[in-house]
Amino acid sequence: MDAVIENLPTFLEGFRMTLLLLVVSGISALILGTIIAAMRISPVGSLRAFATVYTELVRNTPLTLVLLFCAIILPYLGSRLDYVTAAMIGLAVYTSPFVAEALRSGINGVPLGQAEAARSVGLGFGQTVSLVIMPQAFRMTIPPLINVFIALTKNTSVAGGFFVFELFAATREIANANGNAVIAILMAAATLYLVITVPLGILAGRLERKWVVQR
Amino acid sequence: MTHSSVLFDAPGPKARRLSVVSSILTGVVIVGGLAWMVWTLAQPRESGGITLPGFFDPSRWDIFADPEVWQFIIFEGVVGTLRAAFTAAVFAIALGVLFSLLRSSERAWIRVPTTVVLEFLRGMPVLLMMLFILLVLNTGSFWAVVMALSLYNGAIIGEALRAGLASLPRGQREAGLSLGMRPLQSKMLVEFPQAFRQMLPIIVAQLVVLLKDTSLGFIVGYTELLRVTMNNLASFYGNRYLFSLFVVALALYLIMNLSLSWFARWLSKRTASKSSGARLDPDNPNQAILMAEASAAARQSETQHGSM
Repeated sequence: MDAVIENLPTFLEGFRMTLLLLVVSGISALILGTIIAAMRISPVGSLRAFATVYTELVRNTPLTLVLLFCAIILPYLGSRLDYVTAAMIGLAVYTSPFVAEALRSGINGVPLGQAEAARSVGLGFGQTVSLVIMPQAFRMTIPPLINVFIALTKNTSVAGGFFVFELFAATREIANANGNAVIAILMAAATLYLVITVPLGILAGRLERKWVVQR
Repeated sequence: MTHSSVLFDAPGPKARRLSVVSSILTGVVIVGGLAWMVWTLAQPRESGGITLPGFFDPSRWDIFADPEVWQFIIFEGVVGTLRAAFTAAVFAIALGVLFSLLRSSERAWIRVPTTVVLEFLRGMPVLLMMLFILLVLNTGSFWAVVMALSLYNGAIIGEALRAGLASLPRGQREAGLSLGMRPLQSKMLVEFPQAFRQMLPIIVAQLVVLLKDTSLGFIVGYTELLRVTMNNLASFYGNRYLFSLFVVALALYLIMNLSLSWFARWLSKRTASKSSGARLDPDNPNQAILMAEASAAARQSETQHGSM
């Protein structure tokens, strides 16, 4: 326990970086993912094809490879980004197809009959989308999106393997320096991750139970 | 909502022409962007007064003509990755069965601690788990990778199987019990085979995640594909092959993962046509698990109504 208390500032520094990575790359992934999802359901064929290929390729690439590209290949190609920015870009790119899929599944999850019913009572395109489809799609989208952000929280740890000093890197450093208190140190790190992921998970579960079953 | 045509009238000739034109225009922009990237990479670059050839110059790819390099990549890298993934997959499925049994137990003193452990396993990064096992159990990097991946994916497969069990008609269990089976026998012989089959697409989709995550072995020092190409080969043949080695490693990962993903999708299509139930989306395990649970809840309330 002493080792944990002694190294609390280092832990908190790492935790702060984890939160920063989560927030910045989470928001960027949300923006990028929304664009991809919009391309995916757009009437323009080439945009749809591009978004599909992008989703398939990025989703099947290991995150380690993406972050290795950002940390080692990009500087080699001549980029001058610092490691933290590069890791944020990598995490955002990796997360964006998952965001896009969550958004798309929300829109796809609204039964066809809803749109037909709306049209049959005389609503126009704008009214159908804004009054009938979107409210339902939104309710179905929030819980899977939260799950994407939980995964992102855990994924930030991979950046710790590539020169970013976040919670995983901090833990590894402290554990290497205090070989006799490894379990306490790792438990402290796990607790800090759970502080983010468990409340998000409970929130997602609650919203899901409240919203999805109604169909 | 896959047929967006329900939202508006069928497009007329003008709207269709507009759609074709914008399709071609964006296609040109996308192809142009990719061509620009390729062209930029192909340019020779200055570094410290020396002009290096572009990235598509043969001198940056010539090591791949050497069969020894391929032998190294395939026999050390790909085999290392597949070995870890396969071992972890077997353990993860076994653990999944065990976790789903414990978690759906009728005794609270088994169910509650299992739930806590599962939440813990699911909320922790796999990488931290690998470090934990590496430092505490001192197992060596192969078993650190395998054990962490088994525990994490076992927790998720367990949840999927539990949802699958819950969505089975209650009569299945009752029929088993009425034949004189013990509860565990009915679970293993009657319910699990069905739940497993229903959840198979999701389990395979989770195995894609497992396969992808073996690359975390790069960080904890396990010799798999990424480590073989990026560390061993790049340091042996020199940095100028860094880019080409990365491209080869990426292509190999994509081949492995995409084929497994397509297999999962094919499975889910196949199972969907046989059973009358809704198709579970293997791309979205959380949603699929939830759908199974929801249908279980719906079925339960139905039978309760029926018996009244």
